[in-house]
Amino acid sequence: MAGGIQLSRLAAVGGYSALSAAAGVASSKPSAAATEGASKQTNLCTAVNDALHIALDANPRALVFGEDVSFGGVFRCTVGLKERFGAARCFNTPLSEQGIVGFGIGAAALGCTAIAEIQFADYIYPAYDQIVNEASKYRYRSGGAFNCGGLTVRAPYGAVGHGGHYHSQSPEAVFTHVPGIKVVMPSGPYEAKGLLLAAIRDPNPVVFFEAKMQYRTVVEDVPKGDFELPLGVARVAREGSDITLVGWGQQVGVLERAAAEVSEADSISCEVIDLRTLIPWDRAAVEASVSKTGRVLVSHEAPVTSGFGAEVVAAMSARCFLRLEAPPARVCGYDTPFPLVFEPLYLPTQQRVVDAIRATCNF
Amino acid sequence: MFLGREFEEKCAEMYYRGKMFGFVHLYSGQEAVSTGVIRLLRADDYICSTYRDHVHALSKNVPAREIMAELFGKKTGICRGQGGSMHMFSKKHNLLGGYAFIGEGIPIGLGAAFQVRYRREVLHDESADQVAVNFFGDGTCNVGQFYECLNMASLYKLPCIFVVENNKWAIGMNHPRATGPSYGDDDPFIYKKGPAFGMPGVLVDGMDVRKVREVAQEAVARARRGEGPTLIEAETYRFRGHSLADPDELRLKEEKEHYQARDPLPQLKKYVLDTGILSEQQLAELEASVRDEVEDAVKFADESPKPEKGQLLENVFADPKGFGIAPDGRYRYELPGFSSGTAAVS
Repeated sequence: MAGGIQLSRLAAVGGYSALSAAAGVASSKPSAAATEGASKQTNLCTAVNDALHIALDANPRALVFGEDVSFGGVFRCTVGLKERFGAARCFNTPLSEQGIVGFGIGAAALGCTAIAEIQFADYIYPAYDQIVNEASKYRYRSGGAFNCGGLTVRAPYGAVGHGGHYHSQSPEAVFTHVPGIKVVMPSGPYEAKGLLLAAIRDPNPVVFFEAKMQYRTVVEDVPKGDFELPLGVARVAREGSDITLVGWGQQVGVLERAAAEVSEADSISCEVIDLRTLIPWDRAAVEASVSKTGRVLVSHEAPVTSGFGAEVVAAMSARCFLRLEAPPARVCGYDTPFPLVFEPLYLPTQQRVVDAIRATCNF
Repeated sequence: MFLGREFEEKCAEMYYRGKMFGFVHLYSGQEAVSTGVIRLLRADDYICSTYRDHVHALSKNVPAREIMAELFGKKTGICRGQGGSMHMFSKKHNLLGGYAFIGEGIPIGLGAAFQVRYRREVLHDESADQVAVNFFGDGTCNVGQFYECLNMASLYKLPCIFVVENNKWAIGMNHPRATGPSYGDDDPFIYKKGPAFGMPGVLVDGMDVRKVREVAQEAVARARRGEGPTLIEAETYRFRGHSLADPDELRLKEEKEHYQARDPLPQLKKYVLDTGILSEQQLAELEASVRDEVEDAVKFADESPKPEKGQLLENVFADPKGFGIAPDGRYRYELPGFSSGTAAVS
């Protein structure tokens, strides 16, 4: 095509039309070693990067696009994709979040697997309109004629120590109020890789929030090969008998540390549940746990009012009413904008969780 | 064009008789744009419409029956009665939807145009030379998505055509009162924004189907050749209020009369008679067949069944409740022991 040159501007180097199928769309099966579960120490950034490589390798119509992704992205999650798969399959977009998501819907509606990156979850609000009014309803309002299930929107979220108002927010709850999209928040590298591959291949549009503070700080054993974790199935991160602590994303780590502290200091046995996905969410798993412990505490970084914790508490109040021994507790961000200097005061820290566990168990 | 006018006027009648509900925006007066552009396209070309989308769907060969049934909220509608007036989708006709929010279809058409290039250049699909046409109005040219998409279409050199149906009124706001004048002009000209984004901008008389067709031909050929997008501004007018709920009291009588005198239908009739393309009798037969087609559509819609109530929950997710498919092929929520809770319904 004569216009091939123009698309070379998608990336720093390399023409769109210069791509060869051999370089860009070769498909290979996971090696035997990978499928047998060989693993390596991996941080969350690398886990995401591995998942994207696997997704693009397995599917020639899978694309990664967003602001700065062809250079590896500001968090380096897309490093190597352009070199491996070519500038046509991993490309930069203008700073146009609404455009990025709308573009992804159109591509996905016609068979592409569109993996969009929103540079910070805080920047997802300009694209909110497209996600809420189009992506989530595309299948419904077309009576099933079309869908944009191939769309996955990745966005780094959460506190990072110095992010301030616009680089720290946790917007998950607003998307759970929109039937038609799935909302996924992994709690660590292993979870991120398995859930991201499942999200990319899920036949529904998915919003996928990655804890940016964990990109470099959390390292764990992650299988090298292709694997998926099912969406909608919670994980029991720690077994216990006195109280159920429910969280998602990086807050699961805070809950686990709080559980260890009260186990040591107060002999309180906490069961920690990592929801993994908020839509759909695994009520049955939480209900089973709360039925056992009789107490429930939910914790998230987002402001407490209308946070997803409210949904969990409402459901458990209805389902476990006669088995509850204390009012359900929420330990969350305060109802303020995400603060800069007051971040430590705002966050639902280990100490605040510990205090709430003690108060709930001594009710 | 005749079908479009007849269909829309029948919609007004049915709306006032309580046969259809929701918000209904009619296209009467603007037919030359839809016909001039869409009748030129191939079946495999894509279009994204607006909330004024019935006639775009007709031009793309969607049967009048299915559109009318959709407006009546019936199961036989093109979206199974699930969408209604502003939600015309047809996979078969590559109609990527009407969009109730202004500008929302533009990036989606852009994505459609992108995957054409992707199929052709990366997947080496020689058949990928389709174009994507986005329709929208003058009011939309003041929202961000319009500019975001002009830029991306130009940047990625996509086979995308932007058609502004400038009917002079953004609901109750007259175009020159809502949009600043182009540089050096007394009035705003949207087509002049094309070159600023690296694409041709063309102004055309949107009340003359032959002129629209000529301009569209060039834009389509350019897009198919891989030379990128074009912005077309079609000057047109709607003969009714913004929607059927609008009493249309804001527009001056003189203005309406001015455009009524330029009604695209009599112009086309005169042309086909003068040139001998059709005889008086053939034209009368054509008009009669159009009336029959619309009457048949109304009868079909009226007699069609309503959707079952269970349809409320369908198509929210890929599977009915959104929990995915288990390894044995069943939906996860059907597995023994799975919670009775669902993603959508408590």
